Amino acid sequence: MNNLVQNYDVVVVGAGHAGCEAALACARLGLETIIFTVSVESIALMPCNPNIGGSSKGHLVREIDALGGEMGKNIDKTFIQSKMLNSSKGPAVHSLRAQADKSEYSREMRKILENTEHLTIKQAEVTELLTENGKVKGVKTFSQATYYCKAVVLCTGTYLRARCIYGDVSNYTGPNGLQAANHLTDSLKSNGIEMFRYKTGTPARMDKRSIDFSKMEEQFGDKRVVPFSFTTDPESVQIDQVSCWLTYTNEETHDIIRKNLNRSPLFSGMIEGTGPRYCPSIEDKVVKFADKKRHQVFIEPEGLYTNEMYVGGMSSSLPEDVQEEMYHTVPGLEHAKIVRNAYAIEYDCINPIQLNNTLEFKNIRGLFSGGQFNGSSGYEEAAAQGLVAGINAAMEILGKEMLVLDRSEAYIGVLIDDLVTKENHEPYRMMTSRAEYRLLLRQDNADRRLTEKGYRVGLISEERMEKLRLKERLIDEEIARVKQVHVAASKEVQELMAELESTPLNSGMMLDELIKRPELSYEMLLPIDPERPELPEDVKEQVNIEIKYEGYIKRQLKQVEQFKKMEARKIPEDIDYDDVKSLRIEAVQKLKAFRPSNIGQASRIAGVSPADISVLHVYLEQYRRKRDE
Amino acid sequence: MMGDSDYLAGEKMKQTIAAISTALNPSGIGIVRITGLEAMDVAYKVYRSKNGKKDIRKAPSHTIHYGFVYDEDECIDEVLVMWMKGPRTYTGEDTVEINCHGGVLAVQKVLEAVLKAGARPAEPGEFTKKAFLNGKMDLSQAEAVMDVIESDSKYALQNSLSQLKGSLHDRITKMRETILYHIAYIESALDDPEHISIDGYGEQLEEALLPIKDEVKKMIHSYGNGRLIKDGIRTVILGKPNAGKSSILNMMMGEDRAIVTDIAGTTRDVLEEQIMLGKVALRLADTAGIRETKDVVEKIGVDKARQYANQADLILFVVDSSTEFDQDDEDILSSIRDKKYVVLLNKTDLEEKTSLELLRKKTDRPILAFSAAEEKGLKELEEMLEQMFFAGEFSFEENITITNSRHKAELEETLQSIDLVLNSIADQMPEDFYSIDLMNAYEHLGNIIGESVGEDLVNEIFSKFCTGK
Repeated sequence: MNNLVQNYDVVVVGAGHAGCEAALACARLGLETIIFTVSVESIALMPCNPNIGGSSKGHLVREIDALGGEMGKNIDKTFIQSKMLNSSKGPAVHSLRAQADKSEYSREMRKILENTEHLTIKQAEVTELLTENGKVKGVKTFSQATYYCKAVVLCTGTYLRARCIYGDVSNYTGPNGLQAANHLTDSLKSNGIEMFRYKTGTPARMDKRSIDFSKMEEQFGDKRVVPFSFTTDPESVQIDQVSCWLTYTNEETHDIIRKNLNRSPLFSGMIEGTGPRYCPSIEDKVVKFADKKRHQVFIEPEGLYTNEMYVGGMSSSLPEDVQEEMYHTVPGLEHAKIVRNAYAIEYDCINPIQLNNTLEFKNIRGLFSGGQFNGSSGYEEAAAQGLVAGINAAMEILGKEMLVLDRSEAYIGVLIDDLVTKENHEPYRMMTSRAEYRLLLRQDNADRRLTEKGYRVGLISEERMEKLRLKERLIDEEIARVKQVHVAASKEVQELMAELESTPLNSGMMLDELIKRPELSYEMLLPIDPERPELPEDVKEQVNIEIKYEGYIKRQLKQVEQFKKMEARKIPEDIDYDDVKSLRIEAVQKLKAFRPSNIGQASRIAGVSPADISVLHVYLEQYRRKRDE
Repeated sequence: MMGDSDYLAGEKMKQTIAAISTALNPSGIGIVRITGLEAMDVAYKVYRSKNGKKDIRKAPSHTIHYGFVYDEDECIDEVLVMWMKGPRTYTGEDTVEINCHGGVLAVQKVLEAVLKAGARPAEPGEFTKKAFLNGKMDLSQAEAVMDVIESDSKYALQNSLSQLKGSLHDRITKMRETILYHIAYIESALDDPEHISIDGYGEQLEEALLPIKDEVKKMIHSYGNGRLIKDGIRTVILGKPNAGKSSILNMMMGEDRAIVTDIAGTTRDVLEEQIMLGKVALRLADTAGIRETKDVVEKIGVDKARQYANQADLILFVVDSSTEFDQDDEDILSSIRDKKYVVLLNKTDLEEKTSLELLRKKTDRPILAFSAAEEKGLKELEEMLEQMFFAGEFSFEENITITNSRHKAELEETLQSIDLVLNSIADQMPEDFYSIDLMNAYEHLGNIIGESVGEDLVNEIFSKFCTGK
């Protein structure tokens, strides 16, 4: 029998949010790339909530954009409502969240993929991973076609042995009834890869015409929309926005759920996968927070050209009849028609500690992975990993330095470090509390943190980089200038203070000190700063933040300095922990399992004590001297 | 149980370290060693020459200077200071050694002053580790260095483990729970602003933090001021006649264990003597009962001793292993049930009538085999008391006494973090700024009881607050 055989540089398996970023990165760096999907219609599909961004996830999208990824640009083209969350809080937790027109989002991304040079889209199920001597060789599809390549990026999302469940109904399909990928798991296992089984869920979709919005609170988008991408013209995103709606569950809803708990596959044991705590089903919420009388329900449009509405806050795997009954108790949903039932989905993924922080498998050279396959959840988390995995697959082939972001540089760094150094037992979601240096990792400065790295990798154009350099210069100059400006306690100044409800000046003071007052800002003090040059909005924003929060930022920078020292102490790949005397047994086992790449990472592994780290320090020094001898 | 934040433990903010580098016996001289980039600045802050004019920072390297160590305005001890510039030092870094003469308490107070001046307590094995990493030891010594770290940290770990039972642990745990709850509340609101609102949360948080701040301050203050440190642990030796109390007393006060002070007893016929046993100061009550002679009726003596025992922090109950455990022993045992005591099974060099196993059935307190005749058991007693002391076992519910300089350093960091939160609240900073310093406070308190941050916060958020789509 003759089977098809082809050669590529990179094979990307899966065309969800991770796969798209990975494939685009590789192709844009000039590598011949093929991306496999079970269905071309499902490219960049949003099978769950209709939003991009949100607290800390918005940061991820900004970072993806700063590195040269696509997600930010794509949502800017296809959003139908946008909000800056936490805008009354500090700048570190401001976070963008947009409602997407789902089908437009998917279509636009597909258009980008289809029009990218060096990128081939192929509808086929990859069933086998081909390796040789611990190195990737290629993949095989269901039809026995072979694709040889130098690197493979696995982004299978929730499709591996996927199973959708509600009540006692279960189907071996991916989301939305799409074909599952049932063969690849076995091939991965036979390559020595450890697999987990996770689950997640999604609420029902309802027909807009059957919903009574008069019983709900209308939720508007922001008056002035801020784009996700640093390259999007802010004027282009000031569009007519659609509304979302807020309603609540009640005791009646909860009673129905409680009465039918025995019919839930979660409680009956039919679902074995581990579900995420941050994204609980409504039945979970009712059980765990029994004293809460009501839970919020957000009704969100799925797009402009569909009547389907997403029922946020009420994901469920209860049987169809219970769903119907339960949803109808919610004010405004009394007569709602369910278009798609809520369901839970189970899927195979890997234990991510098998990966380096480059997202390459420690044991298989040339094999990279990203997204839900790595045990994360969320479109943004997926896209971020896909981008890094794709970049590093390319870097390896091109023989260039890999891209590793650390915890002090990006939320993406926190995300990947957490995945590869912590024991995760549920789908991982990004949270702002996971970032210890979040005052530095703001969404407003993602370009200043990361664009130069994207430029070095080759995904950022010279023109964009030059723009950034100019911006940096303007910021530096303006901060330096402001620090030299003396404000006298003149009549004009005192009048402005009164107007801004700030205490009058006792004597003259420096302008930067005045900006630090909580009720004031750089912008507000324009009238008493006559020498101020004309500056772009984004420059003014940076100047304000850098001055206003200077004390806090300096403290974090100092912590980062210490952190960096530990990260810089590399641990050689061939270290034999059994050879390190005086390490405790638990530490040896953990270090052998995780194989951290530096001392900092080693110190974050649960079960490795400070004394073990000290011992490791000494051993590494011994190792270094022996090698130098 | 450790993990997440431990990289800080290995590479703390303060890079200059200090410790008492001599064995703490009351031989009179003890050395406090300071090493690191700022060693000289630290020394400058605590040292004054005789005429008060010498700037020790300008002295040439490897010279010795006579003078005094001050803690602010209080003169602590007369000292000789050795100043050695790196790399020609043990650790390879700038090093100052302060030779103290005023006995063990003085050495500890000098260390205290040095820590206040900006050094931090050295980690287990850290001097040796620095020496190795700075190339002051050859390769063959590497494993010995690792062993030092290992054994030192085992000792430290033992200490922190035995603390898990104490009241200090309970207090710290309660404070941590409160702090964590508030961080989780703030963080869940930031993560899910449409579900949970924290506008104006500062006031509430301040209310919760002020009592914690007070408590931390009290704990810090108790260090060095505590009666246990100043006067020693009130200790009484009890036992039936001829159990060997006197010989044990003599052994504890033996020539190599100099008497630190003689204090006239508060009770007419009781003399108290302050002695150092290892790193621990004991205020040993020498009762009439202890000073018995053969022909004195013991009844009175034992009664007095018992009376005294009621007020003691620690009782050393001496049992004669060469006689049966009789009614006298039973009486003593039942009278001290509720006290903190250690059993010394004496005369183990003689034929055994009362065995260790028998005693184990009668009490769950520690029992040490002892032989005054063969001078056996003293070292074990010393180690046991040290461990109990530094684990805070001699402090009481109503009045926690901090006895460990590392604990104190962590409490000071905690206090600083809490103050930063309170400042942020006063400055009307947005709520997300609070949780950063709160987390630091949580972490420092955790270091005291050997618990790291790990996934605590994420777990707390999910268990206490209903968030998510």
